Amino acid sequence: MSETRRITLIVNGEHREAETPVRQHLADFLRGTLGLTGTHVGCEHGVCGACTVLVDGHAVRACLMLAVQAAGHEVTTVEGLSLADGTLHPLQQAFCDHHGLQCGFCTPGMLTTLVEFLAEHPAPSEEEVRLAISGNICRCTGYDSIVAAALAAARALRGDAA
Amino acid sequence: MDGTTHGPDDARMAAGPGEAVGRAVTRLEDPPLVRGRGLFAADVNFPRQIHMRVVRAELAHGLLRSVDATAARALPGVVAVWTSADVAEIPSIPFRATKVQGLEPYCQPVLARDRVRYVGEPIAAVFAEDAYLAEDAADLVAVDIEPLPAVLDAAAPPAEFAPGLHTEPTIVRKGFGDVDAAFAMAHAVIELDLSVGRHSGVPLETRGAIARYDAARDLLELHGAAKKQHWNRDEIARLLGRPPSSVHLFEGHVGGGFGVRGELYPEDLLACAAALRLDRPVKWIEDRRENFLATNHSRQQRHRIRAAVDAEGRLLAIDDVFFHDQGAYVRTHGARVVDLAAGMLPGPYRLPAYRVAGHFRLTNKTPAATYRAPGRYETTFVRERLMDAIATRLAIDPIELRRRNLVATAEMPYPRPLDVLGSDVVLDSGDYAKLLDQALDRFGWKALRESIAARRASGECVGAGLAFFVEKSGLGPSDGVRITVDHTGTVELVSGAASVGQGVDTVLAQICAEALGVGYSGIRVVRGRTDRIEFGNGAHASRVTVMSGSATWQAAQAVRAMALETAAPLLQLSPEVLTIRDGIVQRKDGATEPSMTLAEIARQMGPNSPAMRGRTPGLTAEKWFWSDHMTYPYGVHCALVCIDRGTGAVKVERYLVANDIGRAINPMLVEGQIAGGFAQGLGGALYEEFRYDETGQPLSTTFADYLIPTATEMPALDVLIAEDAPSPLNPLGIKGAGEGGTNAVGAAIAAAVDDALGQPGAVTTLPILPGTVMRLLDRAAP
Amino acid sequence: MKPAGFAYHDPQTVAEAVALLGRLENARLLAGGQSLMPMLAMRVAFPDHLIDLNRVEGLDGITVEQGVLRIGAMTRQRSIERSAAIREACPLMTEALTHVGHLQTRNRGTIGGSLCHLDPSAELVTVAAALDATIEVAGPEGQRDVAIADFPLGFMTPALAPEEMVVAIRIPLWPREHGYSFMEFARRHGDYAIVSAAALLVLDSAGRIARASVTLGGVGAAPLRVTTAETALVGEAPTPALFRAAAACCEGIEAMEDPQAPAWYRQRLAAVLTRRALERAWARATGEAA
Repeated sequence: MSETRRITLIVNGEHREAETPVRQHLADFLRGTLGLTGTHVGCEHGVCGACTVLVDGHAVRACLMLAVQAAGHEVTTVEGLSLADGTLHPLQQAFCDHHGLQCGFCTPGMLTTLVEFLAEHPAPSEEEVRLAISGNICRCTGYDSIVAAALAAARALRGDAA
Repeated sequence: MDGTTHGPDDARMAAGPGEAVGRAVTRLEDPPLVRGRGLFAADVNFPRQIHMRVVRAELAHGLLRSVDATAARALPGVVAVWTSADVAEIPSIPFRATKVQGLEPYCQPVLARDRVRYVGEPIAAVFAEDAYLAEDAADLVAVDIEPLPAVLDAAAPPAEFAPGLHTEPTIVRKGFGDVDAAFAMAHAVIELDLSVGRHSGVPLETRGAIARYDAARDLLELHGAAKKQHWNRDEIARLLGRPPSSVHLFEGHVGGGFGVRGELYPEDLLACAAALRLDRPVKWIEDRRENFLATNHSRQQRHRIRAAVDAEGRLLAIDDVFFHDQGAYVRTHGARVVDLAAGMLPGPYRLPAYRVAGHFRLTNKTPAATYRAPGRYETTFVRERLMDAIATRLAIDPIELRRRNLVATAEMPYPRPLDVLGSDVVLDSGDYAKLLDQALDRFGWKALRESIAARRASGECVGAGLAFFVEKSGLGPSDGVRITVDHTGTVELVSGAASVGQGVDTVLAQICAEALGVGYSGIRVVRGRTDRIEFGNGAHASRVTVMSGSATWQAAQAVRAMALETAAPLLQLSPEVLTIRDGIVQRKDGATEPSMTLAEIARQMGPNSPAMRGRTPGLTAEKWFWSDHMTYPYGVHCALVCIDRGTGAVKVERYLVANDIGRAINPMLVEGQIAGGFAQGLGGALYEEFRYDETGQPLSTTFADYLIPTATEMPALDVLIAEDAPSPLNPLGIKGAGEGGTNAVGAAIAAAVDDALGQPGAVTTLPILPGTVMRLLDRAAP
Repeated sequence: MKPAGFAYHDPQTVAEAVALLGRLENARLLAGGQSLMPMLAMRVAFPDHLIDLNRVEGLDGITVEQGVLRIGAMTRQRSIERSAAIREACPLMTEALTHVGHLQTRNRGTIGGSLCHLDPSAELVTVAAALDATIEVAGPEGQRDVAIADFPLGFMTPALAPEEMVVAIRIPLWPREHGYSFMEFARRHGDYAIVSAAALLVLDSAGRIARASVTLGGVGAAPLRVTTAETALVGEAPTPALFRAAAACCEGIEAMEDPQAPAWYRQRLAAVLTRRALERAWARATGEAA
């Protein structure tokens, strides 16, 4: 069985139209069909968080959503976080500054999760940040540097002096 | 060009931070990674590629009666299905050189032949137009297995592996001194039975192999490689009957290694063989369930250990018999973990006599090998449990007991009549007692004891514990680096090392920048590519910073000397008055003129420059750093835990890792290594375990069952990086920093749990599960 | 871990969805997908047809009317978590949701999906049982109500005919001044609970317990009400000793055994968490805790 559908959606602000097998999950669609390999597939059963993308501004696990379900929606991936001129998003910059990544495999999911979280919680506590990323496994950092980066990014986004 | 000679060590770098070395600079690796522009294995694609799916055994042990691929082959989109008959000419997966004899019959075939020995063992390989189809076809392969009893306990008597072969390929024995005499004269003998659970690296990126044959150049390429590219290249070439120069391995970004990734696995060979035979690029990406079943496990050991001590608690002898659960086959490491465990068990203590027998035993589980701090996580747990038990028996404070036994600074370098990985153990440098004091001070041990007493008085179940460890790093024998300045002044550094995501590029660039006198951020670091450098020993055993870092230092020193020698006559100055700052050769005294850029010097040294006539052109040098001995970092872990009496849950409230690593090239990265290593140690202490049912079915095959610590499980972690004992064995004084964060976590948390429970010696097994703790709480209840 | 093939349907109305269910063999409904998608990926579920409810109109929404909270089946867990109306009227549900998965799964996961997946330790099912919820079920014959007590037929098996689907859950609200607590023990935050306990208490004017609800998740094949504990509580003056005695009722309940935890451990947890939940609920009923 290889039923396919043609879908249209907005990805990182761009209108995209493509054919997808109906059983293909959104992460494989973004990576394989659209070539946006920044979204990483770590478990394909919805636990590790590496494939997190924003759908209509909400962080979701792209391995737990079929590509056809994204039709008509707006998807933002890690490739869509920096500004048009290439300037890093404050979260991306903070991850560099605070050693918030080692191998970088969990990073796209961490960043997209935190984009939504910081939009809702502009001045979070450390504990709130930990809870927010508790659905994202990082095997390298031990998380402290990610938490520090998130708090620094929150300050930057608020316009506070670092 | 300087050639590939190795000269005497160039000048040692003075203590303290330099221009680039010792600075917490941001990483070269990060910009593409935070933008989603990395290139991990699954991101590699080639036109016309097909996808491989492996059919795996679903029984732990059995005779393979038949494999019927008829239905799978008939599925549209399926290119081929292979069973063992299709790869009969490919030898079993080899292991690296070792003096342990007799392991060959226990190696794993690429596809199971007449038996399956663990759930997850490859039986057939399906090649199809896409990954979904390949999985559909794999489901159609009918496998008939006649079940056999599964061997699941490595401490049970050995069973039959194959006719005439039992499940104990070897026993690793080491020792020195008169152990029996020591026990005969001992004031006390302390005996323990301790176990460490089966867990492993479980990197967030699963494995991947993308093989392509380029007929035009007769080259076989393997992408998605890591860790040991050159050894793997040589072995792939040998196993497939090709010259090594016709095989190239490429490492892109690597989503964590931790010892398990980058070993040569059956899937790597299947992909390469298929690319050659099917004439299409072949892509294999492991899924997470496969990762749990097929990628190396680690750690599982049971130790029966005895210590003989005098009345003051000084060690007279240790006698250890342990059983190492290797799983179903010998893999690329051979018996290395057993060797490491046996050789590293004595740790930081003076020990007059020692005897160890490491039983290397096969079971019907996933094969095992190294995982961050292999053999040390296990034996630090065992040794430090032993030290605590001695302290209890003799009623000596456990810290004081350790002090009495620590090797003193004056005894360094301290040779132990032991070898590890074929290298004699010589503890190269260290001030163990000083670091112990620093750690206790930093953790606030004295005040902590008081606050623990107060909290206990108000009903809380809290406790603290500590453990001392010695790591090993910088495994030789050699590694090389070639540094070239091109005619634009850009510096390229080509290394035989690999990266598993820890920041190798940045660290090597910092060392190069320091020695050469350029900015680190513009240096282009190339590693993990067999087509760019002929040899390399890879990224493992905390060796990269020591070995490749030292080679970088020497190569950059050589380039620097060449640049100064070339510039001096042109500037009409002697080389001795010149230095290099920000890529410009100028006077040491700070005068900005005359000067010459490295780009100008490189052009002077180009192949068309008359000045180079008769010489090898280029501002370039390749240096090889050689080392006969490993270097031994060390440290102390301190833990404060609180136990929920209602649930038995152990919460680690505070934790300290104090680690002397000789010199921190980049303190921020060292802290990152330690924090990440700690999280993995915490997993093994409290959360992570590969469990099996009584038939050998694995029970931990998803991230919902194999529990990796998340951000909410991490305690407040403090890291103390000490640089009091630089290694005398390399020009920068470096010791590896990759494994000290992991090493003693199980040991320290076990001690803290004992203390909280008020039951010395209560913890005998890792991981410490809440149900077990609840039973221990019951035992204490009136 | 790629799903096997299936035909995909995305109806726009409940009637269309029910009609598809009636017509198609081996069909599964896809709600938030946070449980079904992993089952598809692991190929432990093999539907021939997947009927996606995400484009069905009228299945989401939260209303509080005449003492009844009604939540549409496709309402996302995250919307429930953030609903001020629910926090006000049914704080037990808000508290339970902080334990449900993670930010990303709550953004997609639905209450109807949780109810129908019926994991023995699912927080929302435990809450539904604690609050005597009613499940609204649509089928070819129209709509019917199923009491939550009758909803689980067995382990992960809801009392639904193949052509039926859940459209909403109705919860009769407790008096405003009730005390509540949801407690659970999981190895890590966000994991399925090994055991969870929900407690609700109403005190009468004399400070005695007028009404009590005690529910355990993760112990039986489905969340279960501990009526013996409730009986022991009602009419009594709340004291720690009373709560201990009520909680002791939980130790005798036959408990599941799985690789995560043996039965005896679940029984111990059941008693401990029940006692703690009752104490917390009491503190809230008396205004001594937030």
